[in-house]
Amino acid sequence: MSDVAALELRDVHVTYRTREGPVPAVRGVDLSVFAGEVVGVAGESGCGKSTIVSTILRLFPASATVTGEVLLDGENVLTMRWGRMRAVRWGVASVVFQGALHSLNPIQRIGTQLVEPIFLHDKLATDNSAATKVRTLLEQVGLPARHADAYPHQLSGGQKQRVMIALALACDPQVLICDEPTTALDVMVQAQILELLIGIARERSMAMLLISHDLSVLGTSCDRVAVMYAGRIIEHGPARAVFDWPEHPYTRALSSAFPTIGDAASRYAPSGLPGDPPFPGDLPSGCPFHPRCPSALPVCPTVDVKLLPAGPGRTAACVLVDQSVPTR
Amino acid sequence: MAVAAAVRAADSDPEPQRPARGGQQGGLGRFIGYRLVAGLGTLVFVLLFNFFLFRMLPGDPAARYRAVKSISPADLAKIRDELTAPLPQQFVAYLKDPLALDGISSWKGQPVWDLVQGRAWPTLVLLGATTIVAVVIGVWIGIKAGWNRGSRFDKVSTAVTLLFYATPEFWLGLLLILLFSTGIGFFPGIFPSGGVIDSGIDPLSFEGITSIADHTVLPAVALAAVYLAEYSLIMRASMVDELGQDYLMTARAKGMMDHMVRRRHAVPNASLPTITLIFLNIGFIIGGAITVETVFSYPGLGLLTFEAVSEQDYVLMQALFLVFTMSVIVFNIIADIVIAVIDPRIRT
Repeated sequence: MSDVAALELRDVHVTYRTREGPVPAVRGVDLSVFAGEVVGVAGESGCGKSTIVSTILRLFPASATVTGEVLLDGENVLTMRWGRMRAVRWGVASVVFQGALHSLNPIQRIGTQLVEPIFLHDKLATDNSAATKVRTLLEQVGLPARHADAYPHQLSGGQKQRVMIALALACDPQVLICDEPTTALDVMVQAQILELLIGIARERSMAMLLISHDLSVLGTSCDRVAVMYAGRIIEHGPARAVFDWPEHPYTRALSSAFPTIGDAASRYAPSGLPGDPPFPGDLPSGCPFHPRCPSALPVCPTVDVKLLPAGPGRTAACVLVDQSVPTR
Repeated sequence: MAVAAAVRAADSDPEPQRPARGGQQGGLGRFIGYRLVAGLGTLVFVLLFNFFLFRMLPGDPAARYRAVKSISPADLAKIRDELTAPLPQQFVAYLKDPLALDGISSWKGQPVWDLVQGRAWPTLVLLGATTIVAVVIGVWIGIKAGWNRGSRFDKVSTAVTLLFYATPEFWLGLLLILLFSTGIGFFPGIFPSGGVIDSGIDPLSFEGITSIADHTVLPAVALAAVYLAEYSLIMRASMVDELGQDYLMTARAKGMMDHMVRRRHAVPNASLPTITLIFLNIGFIIGGAITVETVFSYPGLGLLTFEAVSEQDYVLMQALFLVFTMSVIVFNIIADIVIAVIDPRIRT
């Protein structure tokens, strides 16, 4: 493992300009992913996890202001010239988008869409080499090569997501970003797609960022997990530990929101959180989680807690953390 | 991971349709065949409809033939007999010649299809010029405005095209005649205001072609302005719809330049509604240029229709209606086929 992270976010802030005033979607996120590592980001809708994805390849809309540093192999994406940016897109880092159903062009054959980035990034590619590459890519994601002649509407949701994965691998990137790659797929297919993704990332020693709202999935498949709430990381650490022994009350709520497979009791005691995540333009004072927090203290509305050490390789942003001494 | 492995063994990822090259082409062939049959059905319906339509119109068609010198009183009596026969008998007679191939114009005394033929080419020239100008400029404006939604170009072009879209083409024609044919103030009256070609010139000579162009400019501009506005507005709306599509984000993430994303991914998808509209309009313009052709005395099928109606020339009207119906049906079919070639979702 090299000492330069394949992907590193340093104090990233993203603010959207809207008619109602500025909306801070991401408020100071630090996160790094090294080659060969799978890092998960969990959180509810609107917590800023998809906004983070948009900063990595600079795909955010013009109404967004991004500060901080987004480093791909040590190179800051936010200050790159456009020519270099286009080369980095898909060449260094690629994305498996959520909503596989619409991420492919409906009137182009699968093969045409797979070939496109190959020719774009490899000036030496020939029709033959590209066609061979397409066959290999499709086989790698478990699709027959003849699907290159198919149109997206002829494939099932799972097959389309496999095509998206093949597409993301087309230029052999070092970083693979998966933005809720299993949303809109049925549960059986979700497991297959996730296994395929992680298998490929491990086999190729890629750095993989896996965004999901399902902490239980991340807990079982990632090396490290970061949990986001209201535009910030509120807990971070080894995936298994964060999932099994959450320190932050929000993480605790998130990990018990999904029933544990094999644990019948958890299915009959579904625990959710009361209320909705706060609107990023109008955050509560102090800890933004305090209005929904089951263990909130009188100090919570006044203290905005930063990430504190919470055990080996772990941090959490909660006033309760330093009281619960990590004994495990 | 044991769960996942078990799931994979069960293979719950079905293949809805097996894609194959041959199947694709067969789909398109079957689609075209189906459209042709449906078009033929429409034509038969229109032929039947025309029979009743013309028998409901007022007037004395036979009386119109009195002006025709070549017709003998005996023939006139025969026509009158045919028109006063019981309906079923008339219907049998109609079915013998539903296309009015032997029809004689009551206005000119010539076979109607000779008249139609003589007037068809100016309309085709006008139609061709109008369509090319309207499509090229309209689609270009629509793409540029939609892709840069909210830009100054978008605001100005949308305002102007909306204005043109709301303008009646015959009124625009009158304005153009006033400005560029009659000439007023510093506007030069440089274009002719009637006819399609100066008399006594061979239409296929160089002089003939420039003369035709000279005569076609103003009516073509009047028609094109309106259709251009329609195409640009529809194209703009489709482009705006494209902007939010996920596959455009995929294309950008691949590292494509903005204009490539637009040309390769946004425009082909966005062009589908406009393509349908263009072909439908071609079908309509063949018959629908009546007002513009009349304003400019442009001797095409539109003016001929106006004349046929004024002169109550029923046989000529019947032939013209048939031409218009056929053009609408044919271009409808062409539109459907072109869309099916571009969009694979249509043909399966």
